[in-house]
Amino acid sequence: MTASETHRAIDAVWRIESARLIAGLARIVRDVGLAEELAQDALVAALEQWPESGVPNNPGAWLMAAAKHRAIDLLRRNKRLERKHEEIGRLRTVEQEGAASEVDAALDDDVGDDLLRLIFTACHPVLSTEARVALTLRLLGGLTTEEIARAFLVPEPTVAQRIVRAKRTLTEKQVPFEVPRGAELADRLSSVLEVIYLVFNEGYTATAGDDWMRPTLCEEALRLGRILAELADAEPEVHGLVALMEIQASRSRARVGPSGEPVLLLDQNRARWDQLLIRRGLAALERADRLGGGRGPYALQAAIAACHARALTASETDWVEIARLYGELVRVVPSPVVELNRAVAVSMAFGPQAGLELVDALASEPSLRSYHLLPSVRGDFLVKLGRPDEARPEFERAAALTRNARERELLLERARACAEDSAPPGPASA
Amino acid sequence: MRFMVLIKATKDTEAGVLPDEKLLTEMGKFNEDLVNAGVMQSGEGLHPSSKGARVRFSGGKQTVIDGPFAETKELIAGFWIWKVKSKEEAIEWVKRCPNPTGGDYEIEIRQVFDPEDFGEAYTPELRAQEERLRAKAAEQS
Repeated sequence: MTASETHRAIDAVWRIESARLIAGLARIVRDVGLAEELAQDALVAALEQWPESGVPNNPGAWLMAAAKHRAIDLLRRNKRLERKHEEIGRLRTVEQEGAASEVDAALDDDVGDDLLRLIFTACHPVLSTEARVALTLRLLGGLTTEEIARAFLVPEPTVAQRIVRAKRTLTEKQVPFEVPRGAELADRLSSVLEVIYLVFNEGYTATAGDDWMRPTLCEEALRLGRILAELADAEPEVHGLVALMEIQASRSRARVGPSGEPVLLLDQNRARWDQLLIRRGLAALERADRLGGGRGPYALQAAIAACHARALTASETDWVEIARLYGELVRVVPSPVVELNRAVAVSMAFGPQAGLELVDALASEPSLRSYHLLPSVRGDFLVKLGRPDEARPEFERAAALTRNARERELLLERARACAEDSAPPGPASA
Repeated sequence: MRFMVLIKATKDTEAGVLPDEKLLTEMGKFNEDLVNAGVMQSGEGLHPSSKGARVRFSGGKQTVIDGPFAETKELIAGFWIWKVKSKEEAIEWVKRCPNPTGGDYEIEIRQVFDPEDFGEAYTPELRAQEERLRAKAAEQS
């Protein structure tokens, strides 16, 4: 094996093993920040030794053993300095777990619980959302600080700072390394789901010119979601979120045109949708439904996505069902944006007039005042109703509100088309 | 990059012996890990070669030879298509695969050609044609 082959092998091992490694270590040292440093030290040791010795047969156990040795060294030093007695207790635990077979057992036995604890700790509400995202990608995704920075288009030192501060906060606030129970679980779980979906959307909104790291975030979020679904399999919303992400991800090849322009859902070539992801998404949604208790916001959005996924052509879309699902969603999460989406679905199911009535009811909504999609949707309904004179100012308003140049061009184009349609018939328009 | 991971045939697979529950569970777990990691693109198991056939070409002449075929070690019993970052990553995953025989066994890893591998010979026109073909094939499946 050449040195670069070994390095790629180490990359792969790190990707596969790092989360479990950090989680296992965190259980022993009860400090996520320290666990991560120990894991990093083990990685450095691998980088030094594996090019000489070759990649070991069980690289995960090797890394774990190396990290534990380091932990013992560290705690011994602390002992000499007569620091915290508590840590000496931990040292004994570490020493007792010395043998390789026991290391293996420790890795296998509780690894699921450890990972779950790690996810909940990284997404703890004492941390800011940005810190949660960075820490989760770092600890569970095995991404480097540089990769996270590139993915989120922020300078590397910013991310490094966020991670350092997050780890310090967890230590200072003495956040316990555990899975929350009872009433706390629901809140904490929604914080975890929020982080995962945020990572997914960050990747999903990436455009063609962006760094390749950005779309990788989608895969990373899916990976986290799937693992969480395995660990917390009694939680319907976890499956709901996984379903939503799988189905959205199934369209990623179809949603960008040859020159990087976005292709709208109804115009997409459905043959390019990834059927494997659709199948997995539908299965996840079924699991969520089987658990009962009514659909939460993620499961409802997944159900809407599933309606599109099941339609072989855009014209076969079950808009009546989608409109109904949006009705449910708006009851669970009352939001003018969801209501606007409902208006679109209603117009597809029952005609533009029905949609227009819902949109007009939103006209006074303060949170939508500068939301370009409101006039854009209204304009669309008016065109369909054969009222181009009224549609034109709506498109112009929408164009003035959007921050996306490509979208602005499209909206102005539609405004111009309205002007032509409303012009008195002459030779030019014949 | 993509790799085809070839599962070789054994006496058992050729005799149509189905895997026992232990192996099925272990394989199921392994497959789940592959899917969770976003590595798995597809995978299929193959019936014994007794249900297959070969068509031998010699010049303009074709002869159909029905299975089974003798050289078990050269036969394929199944395959996966994986998407990974490097050959080394594919190797790391294969190392985690449960040994279907418990004894001597080999799994082969082969890289799948991607458009990029053709270099400049692969023009945008050819790429567009390829994508059209794939879309059509997907429509029919």
